[in-house]
Amino acid sequence: MIPLLSVVTFLPGAAGLALLFVPRRSVGALRVASLAITVVTFVLSLPLYFGFDGDITGYQFEENRPWMPTLGAAYHVGIDGISLLLVLLTTFLMPLALASAWGVIEDRLKEFMATMLILETGMLGVFVSLDLFLFYVFWEAMLIPMYFIIGVWGGPNRIYAAVKFVLYTMVGSVLMLVAILALYYQYGAATGRYTFDLPVLAQYVMAPGRAQDLMFLAFALAFAIKVPLFPFHTWLPDAHVEAPTAGSVVLAGVLLKMGTYGFLRFCLPLFPDASLAFGPVVWTLAVIGVIYGAWVSTVQPDMKKLVAYSSVSHLGFVMLGIFTFNQQGLVGGLIQMVNHGLSTGALFLMVGMLYERRHSRLIADFGGLWRIVPAFSALFLVVVLSSLGLPGLNGFVGEFLILVGAFQRSPWLAALATSGIIFAAVYLLWMYQRVIFGEVTRDANRGLPDLTTREWAVLVPVVALIVWIGVYPVAFTGKTEATIEALLAQVQAKASAHR
Amino acid sequence: MDAIVFPAVVLGPLLPALIVLAAAALVLGLDLGPRALPRELLAVTALAGMLGALLATLARWGTPGRAFRDMVVLDNYALFFNVIICYSGALIVLLSMDYLRRTGSDSAEYYALVLFATAGMMLLAAAGDLVVVFLALELMSLSLYVLAGLFKRELASGEAAMKYFLLGAFASSFLLYGIALVYGAAGTTNLDRIAAAMAARPRDPLFVVGFGLLLVGFGFKISSVPFHMWVPDVYQGAPTSVTALIATGSKAAAFAALIRVLAVTLRGVPPDWTPLFWAVAVVTMTVGNVVAIAQSNLKRMLAYSSIAHVGYMLVGLVAGGAGGTGAVLFYLLTYTFTTAGAFGVITLCERARGEAVEVGDYAGLARRHPMLAAALGIFLLSLIGIPPLAGFVGKFYVFGAAVRAGYVWLAVIGVLNSAVAAYYYLRVVVYMYMREPEGAVTAYAPSFAGGVALTVALFAIVLLGVMPAPFVDLAQAAVAPLLR
Repeated sequence: MIPLLSVVTFLPGAAGLALLFVPRRSVGALRVASLAITVVTFVLSLPLYFGFDGDITGYQFEENRPWMPTLGAAYHVGIDGISLLLVLLTTFLMPLALASAWGVIEDRLKEFMATMLILETGMLGVFVSLDLFLFYVFWEAMLIPMYFIIGVWGGPNRIYAAVKFVLYTMVGSVLMLVAILALYYQYGAATGRYTFDLPVLAQYVMAPGRAQDLMFLAFALAFAIKVPLFPFHTWLPDAHVEAPTAGSVVLAGVLLKMGTYGFLRFCLPLFPDASLAFGPVVWTLAVIGVIYGAWVSTVQPDMKKLVAYSSVSHLGFVMLGIFTFNQQGLVGGLIQMVNHGLSTGALFLMVGMLYERRHSRLIADFGGLWRIVPAFSALFLVVVLSSLGLPGLNGFVGEFLILVGAFQRSPWLAALATSGIIFAAVYLLWMYQRVIFGEVTRDANRGLPDLTTREWAVLVPVVALIVWIGVYPVAFTGKTEATIEALLAQVQAKASAHR
Repeated sequence: MDAIVFPAVVLGPLLPALIVLAAAALVLGLDLGPRALPRELLAVTALAGMLGALLATLARWGTPGRAFRDMVVLDNYALFFNVIICYSGALIVLLSMDYLRRTGSDSAEYYALVLFATAGMMLLAAAGDLVVVFLALELMSLSLYVLAGLFKRELASGEAAMKYFLLGAFASSFLLYGIALVYGAAGTTNLDRIAAAMAARPRDPLFVVGFGLLLVGFGFKISSVPFHMWVPDVYQGAPTSVTALIATGSKAAAFAALIRVLAVTLRGVPPDWTPLFWAVAVVTMTVGNVVAIAQSNLKRMLAYSSIAHVGYMLVGLVAGGAGGTGAVLFYLLTYTFTTAGAFGVITLCERARGEAVEVGDYAGLARRHPMLAAALGIFLLSLIGIPPLAGFVGKFYVFGAAVRAGYVWLAVIGVLNSAVAAYYYLRVVVYMYMREPEGAVTAYAPSFAGGVALTVALFAIVLLGVMPAPFVDLAQAAVAPLLR
């Protein structure tokens, strides 16, 4: 049998390394080859979706091979309803990101493509790992390609942004390493079996108390920085704004999800008591993030920065959903992760398209674009509406479920979070209005060309998916509900085991 | 009166060191030979000596031997260090070949001294007696003092040699005084018999003071804070290939002796030295990392970073047991390849006024010499501890041992330190990949031998990073008999 999951995970990275041996001059071949690799990866990941049985709990497409038996680390990968969607999101966004960089990246193209492909392997590895050691390897290793993408191909302030990104993330993740070790030895001392295997460790009922709290906090800090949860978000605007469009798409679309995924995959099942105990803290920070991110977005003169801060707001919603500890909230949070990946990814793509045409991202430099680039404006409208949660589009499904979940926890919380949706409408529509409607304010904009064929090819799949999820979310929620139910049952069972 | 009994002479346990010494003698002999002999022959002979010693080491694996009334103990522990030392020596010989020719310092003495130093390191790892510890340490150190001053016309090189010698001699005298006090208390310099004597009279102040002085001597050689002052100047001033040897082989050998002395003699004997090591570990890694941030000279930065790495290794020593001590051995293995590789890249970079040592000299290196930049980048990433490279696994085991032994906060301080370290290592990567060159261009000095050395080092850090388990198991098995 073909180890499909491993093939999907390692194909891009392996191909990326192989690309390094292609002569630098064959620019066209490099572009086509790297795009083809990501497309093939996406096609190969489709059987994961269709072959995935949404009614079973537990991991599917599992592979478990010994790696370091004396240490208890194994090459253990597999996907459940949570990781399935994120794997698909990754494989779906990568070809779009590379296509968006088609004519834009010219400096050291070969290295760029190779780095992006290696990054894809790193991200997929994070989502499929079921062994804490393996997970940590991918989690840390993936930092380096992102660091290069921001630092080499980014904007004027790219070095500062790249270093800040790495240092922030690293401080969080090294503490997680200590927590992983502590968990490993605590489990080993309690059971006599030393292992990093996640399904095994997840069965372990840890006594509540200081040790569990500290381990939770170490994991949570690593993930909160990645999400980013207020007040750990300050790296995000720099990194998103400085990164090239393809990098921003991957950052917003996939990388941030690694943080929220970490909460779902590790914090909740491994440290249920601490997760429940710290729940109120997380809600509070999440809601602050929702509102703060929205307010800061409103006043941004730069579209890319506006979209970057809107991520803080949207990811706050996801965190709120995860920490409601009920079915609606968790499913909503998960769907919202995918939605944010699509909507924000698309927003970055479209802002990037404007930037390529005008070499400006300032809202004030635009106006009246509807008359000049109607097709662009129409698709931009769909994406903006999806991002602000219009019913019928994908964003609504996630936000609605999250708010239903949050309402059961606390109506006040839900009310405050709802204001975030209103503010989202304010900053997004106001931006849209200033950029697209009205009179043409700058003569430089008059000759702007509308969408090219390549841009159509990039945007149509995203918009189609945005509509599909909005109209028929069951295609995706159906794959995850059993997993989420089992996760919740596990958290409740473990948390009540001591009472 | 008893007749004088001559002990049976068993040279087997000395075999690896003897091979190296024979190579040294051969190098000196060849230098006296006809001028027509190709100069490469010297380096090739030295390399053959290192590889021969490596083979002898591997052949003796699992068959511990003792010689000269337990003065030399060639157990698996010593053999493990021999492997590290042989690799270090061989890499340095490879890196030196073209480097010396370019700098006009190609000479037989150089290779002979490197071989003598290597033999000293091997004996240090195998020393079962404090007298041998001292002799081996001096053999190693005296060779290195001379090597540090190899660039006779350069002031910095002379300064390095002078500083290294004066401070090293000072440290040696501390060590010697400590040995004298321990001998006074125990009546023997043999480590096993000292252990027995200490177990009988644990709180004898002579022991405590003697050991304190021994630790000062070792602290100097492993360059832990507060005995690290010589490190930046010596690392910066010495020829880069010599710096690599001081940073890898001599550090490994000093650790070998330190661990053996501690493990054999202090087996559970009060007072507990752990709090002292805890504090020294924290101070060493923090000072090393924080000061490294401020350095603009790459060699100086690597010097401070090597101090920080000593701090991480001391964490493993604090954790103790086969897990902790084995982790230190493995760490030294990974550290040797990584550090030798990083210094190796420097030997291959050249500027009009000499070596490329300023961080700014590396600006834009990736554009002109992508392979060289990639190699240095990978070595630096391994020093940061990015998986799946060897440096990560080394840190993983060291901090894992600390967590297991209950020193969670020590591990936390350690990992935060390695996050700090990421800043200055990445700064070099920033220059290589994200900045354009300033002023004169840094040229690549092509060297086949240097390329081989870098390839070996790269291969090793990837192998040790992806498949570390067998090597860690070997390291732990090697220290287990010491700890009993």
